[in-house]
Amino acid sequence: MPDRPAGSAVASLLATVGEVSVFGGKAARQVFVPPFEFNETVRQIYELGVRSAPLIAVSGMAVGVVLSMHTRASLERFGAESMIPSGLAIALVRETGPLTAALLLSGRIGAGIGAELGAMRVTEQIDALEASAVDAFRFLVVTRVIACVIALPILTTIMNFAGMLGGYFAETAATGMSLSLYFTRAFSLIDMSDYIPATMKTTVFGFIIATMSSYLGFTTTSGTEGVGRASTRAVVMSSILIIVSNVILVRLIFFFFPTAGGQ
Amino acid sequence: MAQAATASEPRAADRASGKPAVRLDHVSKAFGELKVLDDVSFEVPEGCGFVILGRSGTGKSVTLRHIIGLVRPDKGRVFVAEDEISALEGKELGRVRRKMGFLFQNAALFDSISVGENVAFPMRRHSDLGDAEIRKRAQDKLASVGLEKEYEKMPGDLSGGMRKRAGLARALALDPKILLVDEPSAGLDPITADEIDELLLKLKEQGGVTLIIVTHNIPSARRLGDELLMLHEGKIIAQGPPDEMDKSDNEIVRAFLTSSHAG
Repeated sequence: MPDRPAGSAVASLLATVGEVSVFGGKAARQVFVPPFEFNETVRQIYELGVRSAPLIAVSGMAVGVVLSMHTRASLERFGAESMIPSGLAIALVRETGPLTAALLLSGRIGAGIGAELGAMRVTEQIDALEASAVDAFRFLVVTRVIACVIALPILTTIMNFAGMLGGYFAETAATGMSLSLYFTRAFSLIDMSDYIPATMKTTVFGFIIATMSSYLGFTTTSGTEGVGRASTRAVVMSSILIIVSNVILVRLIFFFFPTAGGQ
Repeated sequence: MAQAATASEPRAADRASGKPAVRLDHVSKAFGELKVLDDVSFEVPEGCGFVILGRSGTGKSVTLRHIIGLVRPDKGRVFVAEDEISALEGKELGRVRRKMGFLFQNAALFDSISVGENVAFPMRRHSDLGDAEIRKRAQDKLASVGLEKEYEKMPGDLSGGMRKRAGLARALALDPKILLVDEPSAGLDPITADEIDELLLKLKEQGGVTLIIVTHNIPSARRLGDELLMLHEGKIIAQGPPDEMDKSDNEIVRAFLTSSHAG
């Protein structure tokens, strides 16, 4: 592959960042401007949200089991096994649940949106929508943005509970702890200031997944190869942006909700 | 006929009913460094069968896309009846697009919904009809292209010719006055291509629909075209009725119209 001059690569990167920003800004604006594609939005909530629930529940449970085993191994040394449920709950609710859910969904949803819109672009289905006097951006992109922004916090909550349930199974297998005692201890140290900011930040993750993936799908070229590329890039770019934005969001949460950081 | 070989000015709408259904006024378009259309002007009279010919990459499909507003000219203007579609956006653009149907080269059926729902889609979007009436009308449109039994099938289950006919049924869903057709016989066997031509001819002669067709198929062009227009390197090099085009002294036109591979 021929080397491109560094200046050209930087200019190209900046142009892409600008295009994505304009695309995201347009999507954010149109969310609040009628006409609203209610039926299509509901369909997307089902496709992107409801159909992701099994993945999130199973993954959450597995994460909960593993976290519980690791936490036990650490806390046993200090004779603090009784702290396992609450420690696990804090870890899940504040960070592990939101971030893991978002990364899993960037894989499932991001790849799906990138591939679907990419295929629609190269087979002229997006043009056919426009030719049918339908605003393709509003119909395809805005509906997916709304669906992701709504679905992410709900799926994160499912992941948190599934993780705690997984933690319970691991704990009851090791010590025979009852369900009620486990959840009493799990909820003893967390409150709404732990749950709400951490869960609401996933609305930003949802926006990132939907806009990044839609942008890459919408601008697909080069046929089926381009569709594959759009799908892969959607996952990679969404994941990177989620991880980077998480740093900023956690900093903001600590600033606005000092108790969320355990301070 | 000298004019047929050199036409570059708008022709008077004097061949059919009089008023132009579509008018391009000094349209130029480039994609990057590639100049696709260079000062193209023509008029399509109402009720006319207007065929755009030319070698691959000469701007034929881009011309169609200008007419339905999928592409905007860098210079010049595009009119659909009295409306300057090249200057319209949003609802106004949608209003003008609803006067037209567009049959894409590969039909561009929406592959996530059934064949019948593809045809029903424009009606669901742009009419106040109830579900039962829309289904009936979609069924009628499918019957008119010989696909009455395929309502519930998915587009992926259809052959190329059936997809094209389904695309035609969708393009006709709103009973457009103008039908834009991109390569109606591309990829089809001669019998199916003839069937599509028959349907188009019927629309023009019995329905009074203005046809604007891009094709490489010379027999089809002669059959459907009251007027032919030939593009070469983004410019009009000839325009006129088929019998006048045959007398052209332009080598490219003669070579194209007499090519044994045409069609």
